[in-house]
Amino acid sequence: MKQFFSFVKKEFYHIFRDKRTMFILLGMPIVQIIIFGFALTNEVKNSGIAVFDQSQDVASRSLIAEIDASSYFDVKKVLSSYKEIDKIFKEGKIKLAIVLPPHFNEDLLHFNKAQVQLIADASDPNVANTLTNYATAIIMDYQQRITNDRKLPYTIDTEMKMLYNPELKGAYNFVPGVMAMVLLLVCTMMTAITIVKEKELGTMEVMLVSPMKPLMVVIAKAVPYLMLSVINIGSILLLSVFVLGVPIKGSLTLLAFESILFTLVSLSLGLLISSASESQQTAMFISLVALFLPTVMLSGFMFPVENMPLPLRVVSNIVPAKWYYTIVKSVMLKGSGFLIIWKETLILAGMMFFFLALAIKNFKIRLA
Amino acid sequence: MRTLRFLLEKEFRQILRDPAILRIIFIMPVIQLLILPWAADYEIKNIKLAVADHDHSEYSRQLINKVTASGYFILTNYSGSYKNAMTQVEHDNADLILEIPASFEKNLVKEDEAKLFLAVNAINGVKAGLGSAYLQSIIHDYNGEVRTEWIQFPRFSPETNIEVVSSNWFNPLMNYKIFMVPGILVLLLTMVGANLTAINIVKEKEIGTIEQINVTPVKKYHFILGKLIPFWVLGLLVFSIGFAIAWLVYGIVPAGSFFTIYLFAAVYLLAVLGLGLLISTYANNQQQAMLISFFIMMIFVLLGGLYTSIDSMPGWAKMLTKFNPVSYFIDVIRMVVLKGSGLADIKFQLLSIIGFAVVFNGWAVLNYRKRSG
Repeated sequence: MKQFFSFVKKEFYHIFRDKRTMFILLGMPIVQIIIFGFALTNEVKNSGIAVFDQSQDVASRSLIAEIDASSYFDVKKVLSSYKEIDKIFKEGKIKLAIVLPPHFNEDLLHFNKAQVQLIADASDPNVANTLTNYATAIIMDYQQRITNDRKLPYTIDTEMKMLYNPELKGAYNFVPGVMAMVLLLVCTMMTAITIVKEKELGTMEVMLVSPMKPLMVVIAKAVPYLMLSVINIGSILLLSVFVLGVPIKGSLTLLAFESILFTLVSLSLGLLISSASESQQTAMFISLVALFLPTVMLSGFMFPVENMPLPLRVVSNIVPAKWYYTIVKSVMLKGSGFLIIWKETLILAGMMFFFLALAIKNFKIRLA
Repeated sequence: MRTLRFLLEKEFRQILRDPAILRIIFIMPVIQLLILPWAADYEIKNIKLAVADHDHSEYSRQLINKVTASGYFILTNYSGSYKNAMTQVEHDNADLILEIPASFEKNLVKEDEAKLFLAVNAINGVKAGLGSAYLQSIIHDYNGEVRTEWIQFPRFSPETNIEVVSSNWFNPLMNYKIFMVPGILVLLLTMVGANLTAINIVKEKEIGTIEQINVTPVKKYHFILGKLIPFWVLGLLVFSIGFAIAWLVYGIVPAGSFFTIYLFAAVYLLAVLGLGLLISTYANNQQQAMLISFFIMMIFVLLGGLYTSIDSMPGWAKMLTKFNPVSYFIDVIRMVVLKGSGLADIKFQLLSIIGFAVVFNGWAVLNYRKRSG
């Protein structure tokens, strides 16, 4: 046991003496939380729009003023022809043009019916969709107002409740995702690379001839990264509660337990990768392609899994981060207990044993 | 010149004989281009709906039929209790609850007014917003149908009506892939450029072979050019492979000219290679180089406007994107591929990227001399 601790101590020295790596490993989650928390939103706010008003009458002006006054839009350009729309879209700054036909007020007064045309730059379909939806909603509000809120017969009212995240904060969705990403990066990629580095430099030989059991040598390399991960989980949770205002509704103990379980899964994956690769570049390549990309793409935190075509939905089941992401969402945001997430927990535990068994098997073969 | 030629020969051999690098160069683009555009689709469909129907009337059934027939929703649970539906949400078997109160039909017909309750799992705000908006518009349509059933509207509508007609330019089918694929191409070019250069040079440091080069009459600029040119060629090669895949798999052909795109890509690569060089001057070993480039790349990509639009970022983040070469190229490639913008439209971005190239490479070379001196 004393031997084991001296190995662990050696690994800690490795990490502590490389200030840059330390800094990045501990700074990564903080930067990610800040970027995801504050910079990445799909919110529409003061988006610049162009207006082509062909009637210039009371009604059209008041409608435009209404749109301009909302927090979603700012009228940035007033156009005088259709052709200009193409030009401003190509410049790329303005994504929505509102066209009001001639005789807007007259049409409203005489026929009770008028038309508004919304032209969106749909090169980004998301933005186009959202802008069109918001603009339509404002126009509908305007219409409601000029009809003096007359009550229509046979009306169905809908009352809506947003569960778990009433303010629709983006942070609720990605905090669990960032946790999965950081843990995977620190545990899998770093563990795999440090072990392979020893192989590449030839120092692995030196350690394997020591009286320590070979498996212990490798586990000793993983322990410091486990500790780093625990620190990272702590800092992510602190930031998300105190800076982003994301609550932890469920039990903290359960969350910690599940996080450590996922950390162990990542570590065993790291060991597996290290046993399968001979150079640091290969180890990095495998961790990036086989782990990092699938985690970002298929775990569900960047892109909803249920929108994907069937083959990808099937593949997403073997991505460990997907299960962890579901667990964290349930425990942290919905306040669920173990009874609701036992299945996911079991899957993660199964994955851990599978990877570990495979890694140990590969490892033994290499020594023979 | 002769020295440079020999160095180039050495570098190309080194790269071509390393299976790891070749795999990164050829497999990465294929995997990313084949999977990412499919996964990165924000169009919301297959929303899981649980219905708590306390009314069990003709009308409630009609409404549910209409909702499920829309194609956006999958009815995963139908019961008579809200509590039951809520359990489904907790187990992630439902995203949305539609609660139809008892006497819904009676209230609608007799009292002219009936209520419905929606509860949405809002952890993913965008999905919740869109899902509930779809459901509301379906309910609104259904409401219209009920009304026409009971009232014969006179020909001249008494109700003021502003009709909103929307059209989507440049991408009328709202195809998300046309939007994502060019952005992913930029991602590939950046990864190949910055990561590989940084790691390649640091590897020579770590193994000690850089010492051997340092004691030869090879000049510093020879060495640097010898490192940059092969990756510049490889970068453009990966970029071309990417475009071929985009055309073969997704049928994407740029609306603008290839000349504009390649001109920009060539200059952009110089900037990215400079960044890789810069990272390599700061890193002592491969692990560090990987982490540093991974860290910088992550920030560049997330703030590059690939996944979320830069317009909706807060002011300080928008400022940061001005210092982010990735955001310029993503912007430009989308403009050229989707809208057919020409050189005149992108001259500002082009000049900025030239600026980046000069700064990164200049900084790297300066830093390099100091270290060897």
